Amino acid sequence: MTLCEAEKTFVLHGVEENFRIDGREREDYRPMELETDIVSHAFGSARLRLANTDVLVAVKIEVDTPFPERPFEGKLEFFVDCSANATPDFEGRGGEDVAIEISNTLSAAYHSPKVFDLRKLCILKGRKCWKIFVDILLLECGGNLFDAVSLAVKAALWNTQVPLIRQIDIDGNNVELKVSELSDCQRLDVKTAPVMVTVCKIGEHCIVDPNVAEEQCSVGSIVVSVSENKFSTVLQTGTGSLHSSTLLDCLKLGYKVAQRLDDALWSTLSKIQPTEDVGFLK
Amino acid sequence: MAICFPIHMSFRIKVGLRFFKFLNEKCPKKIHIRLAAHRVNTSVAVNQRYPKIYTPGEVITSQNEFMRGHGTYEENGDLKSSVAGVREQVNNLISVRPLKSRYNGEVGDVVVGRITEVQQRRWKVDTNSRLDSVLLLSSVNLPGGELRRRSAEDEHMMRQFLQEGDLISAEVQSVFSDGSLSLHTRSLRYGKLGQGVLVKVFPSLIRRSKTHFHNLPVGASIILGNNGFIWICPTINNAEESVGGFIQNLEEVIPRQERETISRIRNCILALAQSKMMLFDTSVLYAYLRNPLSTPYLNCWYQRRWWTSRY
Repeated sequence: MTLCEAEKTFVLHGVEENFRIDGREREDYRPMELETDIVSHAFGSARLRLANTDVLVAVKIEVDTPFPERPFEGKLEFFVDCSANATPDFEGRGGEDVAIEISNTLSAAYHSPKVFDLRKLCILKGRKCWKIFVDILLLECGGNLFDAVSLAVKAALWNTQVPLIRQIDIDGNNVELKVSELSDCQRLDVKTAPVMVTVCKIGEHCIVDPNVAEEQCSVGSIVVSVSENKFSTVLQTGTGSLHSSTLLDCLKLGYKVAQRLDDALWSTLSKIQPTEDVGFLK
Repeated sequence: MAICFPIHMSFRIKVGLRFFKFLNEKCPKKIHIRLAAHRVNTSVAVNQRYPKIYTPGEVITSQNEFMRGHGTYEENGDLKSSVAGVREQVNNLISVRPLKSRYNGEVGDVVVGRITEVQQRRWKVDTNSRLDSVLLLSSVNLPGGELRRRSAEDEHMMRQFLQEGDLISAEVQSVFSDGSLSLHTRSLRYGKLGQGVLVKVFPSLIRRSKTHFHNLPVGASIILGNNGFIWICPTINNAEESVGGFIQNLEEVIPRQERETISRIRNCILALAQSKMMLFDTSVLYAYLRNPLSTPYLNCWYQRRWWTSRY
């Protein structure tokens, strides 16, 4: 979709007026909808719908050998798949750039042990650890992918059940593990998992949660990922450059909004009842 | 022909106000994340009666005295639906009108479209149909006199008139054998659109009426394109428009008041579309006036993007 100049002008003036085309202010979010445990054969899953952006995240877990240089740590891997249903641009290899950008940003955001402690995934030093695969499927793109993906990933990891190790038999080089049933698992600790906020610069002002039209009007945006009260990654997208004071404003705004977003996510997650299936068809 | 789809035409907005309860949750700074289990069903039924919706492959009737119309097929002697929609019957002819479909144009329809390509003597226009429509250079009113020959110079100037991404309102001039449309803008009403907002809804929700251009008394104009594209803009001054259809005023800043009206209308249209209410001037106006809020905090309503890629 390309907008014409007049539409762009309308959006631009709206942002200046602090009254966007759907009636939001610059710092307002569109309402979201969340469902967890939506994929039955995954260890944890979540689907987040942010207006027209629709993201499905599934987590699976395998036993793996740790990296030799990090014998005490487990592994965490992100994979993004862009469904061609989302936009025709994703057909063939079209979505690859977006997918790589998102998965790299996520890996960077989860890299620090203060954000997500991989040592808890260690089973046996240097021999066995848990490897977590986070598969992200973009079902629809309605703008603001990064925020939606980060929230969905956090919700899916929150939902993930890691099996308990009951017994380890070591016989020379062979290690045999006996794990618990799925009913007896422990949850991952995702309290400090990062939340990303895209701060989009339109004209002279910064907005959060841009829709597709607003993304087209912007010259560039900053994606900040905030874990509790720390920044874990900052990414700049788009072609434009930013003045240092604007960058500072963007970071401040992103930080402030990320706190609110995190609070909103936690209050929603705390409301989840175990037997409320909705799924895709309702 | 009455379109009984999917809500009966006797429009009773009172029944449908359930969805406006949402709007009272006015809380500008808080971020809302709702659980899927708490989703509100916004569909509106008149007298608690929903029309039956057939799904693809569902048997409509096994009696064979009926003729099969659009959206149906025969298998093992049964008449089955090939689309998801409501049944329509004229004497012996049964057809199923799809809930969601691309736009099937008819001559004389008013459409709103977006230019996708500039070609030799023609523009390609996205009108939400299966194929892009064409707008011939010979079927537009060129600036500076209606009746003049199209010179080679005009062909070179085509991108100055309309370029990729521009929005136009137009009328369907003819339908080609493959279903693609030929448009024309040979009237002062039609032409390039200026500042405003485009809203996309299902084409089946637009009620056909005498005029699709409405100057609403609340201070905004809407063009209800038959193709499901709705254009909302500040009130158009007719005197100003007669200059020609290719002028956009990018300098003008639309005042806050009009902006609020436009956003409110946009959100009302999306709310109506989500509840599958027919859209015409009265329904939009009623929805607008029933909205109890003075501020248009309606961002619960967003555009449902229901088509995937081209089919």
